[in-house]
Parts: sequence; structure tokens; C-alpha cells
Amino acid sequence: VTYFFAAAVAAYMAGGIYMMLSRHAVRMILGLALLTNGAILLIFFSGRMDSTQPPVVPLGGTILDADAANALPQALVLTAIVIGFAMTAFTMVLALVAGKMSGTLNTNKMSDFDLPASKDKSPNKVVKSS
Amino acid sequence: MSRDLAIVLPVLIPIATAAITACLWNSHVAQKRVGLVSLFALLCSSFYLLAIVADAGVVAKQFGAWKAPFGISFVADPLSAALVTISGILGFCVGVFALRDVSARHQRNGFHPLYHGLLAAVNGAFLTGDIFNLYVWFEVMLVTSIGLLVIGRTRDQVAGALKYAALNLFGTILFLSGVALLYGATGTLNMAHLAQILPNTQMSPGLMASAMLLLCGFAIKMGLFPVFFWLPASYPSAPIAVGALFAGLLTKVGVYAAFRVFTLLFTVEASGLRETLAVIAALTMLVGVFGAVIQWDMRRILTFHIISQIGYMLMGLAIATPLALAGGIFYVVHHIIVKANLFLLAGAIYHASGTHDLRKSGGLLRSHPWLAVLFLIPALSLAGLPPFSGFWAKFLVIDATMRDGAHWLAAVALLAGILTLFSMTKIWNEAFWKTPALVRKQPRRVPMAFVAPIAALGAITMAIGLFAEPFVTYSRAAAAVLVDTTAYVAAVFPAPAISSLGGM
Repeated sequence: VTYFFAAAVAAYMAGGIYMMLSRHAVRMILGLALLTNGAILLIFFSGRMDSTQPPVVPLGGTILDADAANALPQALVLTAIVIGFAMTAFTMVLALVAGKMSGTLNTNKMSDFDLPASKDKSPNKVVKSS
Repeated sequence: MSRDLAIVLPVLIPIATAAITACLWNSHVAQKRVGLVSLFALLCSSFYLLAIVADAGVVAKQFGAWKAPFGISFVADPLSAALVTISGILGFCVGVFALRDVSARHQRNGFHPLYHGLLAAVNGAFLTGDIFNLYVWFEVMLVTSIGLLVIGRTRDQVAGALKYAALNLFGTILFLSGVALLYGATGTLNMAHLAQILPNTQMSPGLMASAMLLLCGFAIKMGLFPVFFWLPASYPSAPIAVGALFAGLLTKVGVYAAFRVFTLLFTVEASGLRETLAVIAALTMLVGVFGAVIQWDMRRILTFHIISQIGYMLMGLAIATPLALAGGIFYVVHHIIVKANLFLLAGAIYHASGTHDLRKSGGLLRSHPWLAVLFLIPALSLAGLPPFSGFWAKFLVIDATMRDGAHWLAAVALLAGILTLFSMTKIWNEAFWKTPALVRKQPRRVPMAFVAPIAALGAITMAIGLFAEPFVTYSRAAAAVLVDTTAYVAAVFPAPAISSLGGM
């Protein structure tokens, strides 16, 4: 079963990286979302997976049973899911605004700001910053 | 004030201010006042923390009184305390600069809550003792910094922010995967606990992959050689006050995380990364400095120099002797002050000459002579000329490299230093010395809110340069705590607990 989980994480990661390499902004963000989910699954599987015993200290005891489920990865995953979802939504909005402003979703054509200004080009490209 | 509170305050103050300023959304004057008071309180509390750490060594705080490996701990060792203090100084100075630099439109778009949120995230990342918590602070830092980056809502800012977001998000995902593998191999996330377990663990493929993933994640955050492209795409488009804060703090959080993880959890020798790190450091120094040569916009030149300077810090980590680490720490402290100051100066020069393009400006030596003096201090310090702070920083790092026998790396560092001097000379010639293309009848005044923080940061640079001894001693003490992890572990696990928890 471990290999099955490992293959699932690998598939998520590979798909995510492939999508991320795209120049299309939306595809790139979907790739990032896939990657986030791959990482989340990785955390989830790195805890103990096989136990279904609830992690509750038995009556009268002071420590957990040895075969109790591990609750920590679920807490971590919950945090990571919330953050991942928020970041995906946020970058999606960024892409939407960038697409509206520049009329293209191709990340290479959105702005020539990070290209070195050549001699013949008018140096008026500087954005007003105050 | 109790010692526990002192560790939490550098995060608590800005995060509370972010909430308060967000509540005062419609009143910019009130936001400004609350923000300034809070920045001053942050400055004081960070100095208080520094005093405690200098006095008592490493101090730790367990949240919710959960005993060490189970709860989240905050740890302040000399390195964290120094960086929190520097970010407090910088937050205050840039905050004063922002009084005039940040327009009403930027404030309407939420400048103040984002600014304080970013400071909280940076301090949280410096102070946390839990590696998953570090991930959370990274994400808080990322989302607030994107908010600040697109605050003007221009096309260049949004397009740059998209690249910044995508690459940095990728970096945090790599970091998160590394944390997952680390947790799978050791079953703990507390860094002090990991520091006890990992030296006794065989270096398995999973752990090795974890170390590599963490390094790649931090490399993107730092802007190291192959993965720095987000940096020149985004920083120069931001408003000057924002750019200065970014230039000073953001990449340095990545550097701090790498210093922490590759001394406390993994070591550079044991993970076999020394040669890789040394080569990456050399390439980062060279590529950054060559990238700056062809630029004509002062903000772009400075952005590429951030990349180049990160190489020097990484050099300290790659050599990893106590001397080299001390040099690296000294370098980070000096660099945060100098680089932010140069960004603020870029803003002042823009204000004085009316353009960011160096080819079009000029003659500032005649019209604003004191601005020229203020520029020379950080510029020569960045290039590493005595008696400024940069000389000592470069001297410590290169000296440690020579002692370790990596002469080629020292040679590359010196070459990058000369090229840095070339870039600074270019700014000097173009902006200050040459006759301007367009002579102004009335000189444009630079407001006091611009000059005061620039002068304050310049004074700190001079102080570090002229009275280097206490700073060097402090860096050596901080490096000693990094190399010998017992003090860090003992602060998180008070004495009797260590033996019983060690085998968990």
C-alpha cells in the first residue's frame, strides 16, 4: 500500500510540475495547486497510516495506547490545505487582474518591465512610484 | 515585564497593529499614527529582547505551556535576537520614510495593515523553534509581500507579482515537502528535538531528499543563482518604501532559515553539500554583479546587487567553520542596513532628479551635496571599502575562506567586490557628477522624512564600520551557539527532560 501512496504523490507532483512549466497563467496556477496537494498528501502519508484506533487516552491511563492513530499529520494537513487554498485563490485573482490589464494570459508577454531597457527604447517605461 | 513576554512581543506588536490599522480602514491619519507608535514600540521591544539574550544566552518560550516537543516553541538565540533587532530598526526607519513616500492611494489599498503584517511574519520566522511553524510564517510573509507589491495596481507590478507569487509558492511547496519527509523520518517537528534525534540517525535517502528539498526551497527564497528570476522582475516595480523593506528583509529570512537548518538539523559536511554550496555561492556573486552592469535604473542595479551579496552570505555557510559563520552573520546584519538604505536613497534621488533613469539624471552633487555624502556611505560600504561596515563583513568572510583553503572562492568574492565598486561608481558618475541633460531652474527639495531615516541608517553603517569590535564579538558568540547546539537544545528542554524525551 505504501508504494501505491508513493505513486499517487509522485503522480500529483509530476503533473503539477508539468503544468507549472506552461506559459499560460491559469495552467501554471493549476499546476501549483496540484503541487500543493501533492505536498499535502506527502505530509499525510508520512504519519502512521495503518491505525484506526482513536488517539484518546484510555480511562485511568496516562499515556496513549501504542497503536493509537497519529493525529498530528491531520492537524498539519488542515493548516496546509487552508493556506494552499487561500494562496491558489489569491494567485488566480492576480492572474485575472494581470490578464485584464495586459490583454494576455501568456506570462512572458504580460510586461516587458524585467527586460533590460535597450538604448533605442524610450526610457519612459519607468512606472510612477509615488 | 517578564522574559516570556519579551520573546513574543516582536511578533505580537506588529500583528496587533495590523489588526488595529485594518479596523481603522477609512482613517489614514489614524492608521499612520497608530503605525508609527507601534513601530517605535517594536523597536524598543526588540532592543529589550537583544539585551535579555546578550545577558542570559538562549531563551525559549513554550506556547500554551505545552512541554517542549508537543507544543510550538519560540526560541531567541543571539542570531535571532540580532536579526529581530535589525528588522525593528529597519521597520522604524522605512516607516518614517513611508510617511512621505506612500501616497493616499497606496494607503487606501491597505498599506499599513500589510506593512505590519509583513514585519510580524519576518519576526515570527526569525523566532520560531518549530519547523512547520516556520512554513506558516513563510506563507504569511509571502501573502503580505504580494499585497505590498501590487499596492499601486500598475500592470508591471501585477505581472511581476504573478512571477513572484508563482516562484515563491513553488519554493514553499518544496520546503513543505522537505518538512513532510523530515517528519516521516523522525516523527517530530520541534527544531531542538530534531537537533537531538538527527545526529543519531543514519542519513537515509529520505533524509537526504529532505535536506535537498529544504535547500532548494530556501534557495528560491534567497534568490540564489539558478532561481533568482523573480527578484529583478518584482522588486524594482514596487514603491520605494516597500522595495527597501523587501530588499532588506525578505531574502534574508531565507538566509536565516538556511543558516538555522544547516547548522541545527543538518550540517554542511554531513550532508555532503559543501562543494555544491560553494559553487552556487560563487555563481550567485558573479551573475548578480554582471546583471547589474547593464542596467541603467538605480533600483534594478540595486536589485541585482542583492543577488550578488547573498552569495557572500552563502559563502559563510558553505565554509561552515565558526569563523566563516560569524562572518556570514556579520554580513547579514551589515547588508540589511546598507541595502535598505541604498533603496531609500534611490527614492531620494528620484525625488531630487525626477527620474529613475540614470542617463537622464545628473548634477546632484551641485544641487544636493549632502545627498551625495549620504549616498557615499552605503555605496562604499556595499563595495567593501574601509572604514565602512562592508569592509569588515567582506574581510571576515574572505579571511575565513582563505584559512579553510578555498582560495578560488575568495578570489571570486574579491572580483565581485571590484565589480560592485564599478556599479556604485556608475551611479555616482551618472546621478551626482555629470552635468544633467536637463538643467532645472529650481532645485527639487527632498523632504525631511526622507533624509532622517537615510541619515540614521548611514550612522549605523558608520558605527559598525568604526567600532566593529563589539559587533564581531557578538557575531562570534552567535556563531558559537550555531555550531554547538547544546545551548539551543537546553533552552527548549530544561535539564531533566532531555534524557527521557531523547528516545521518542
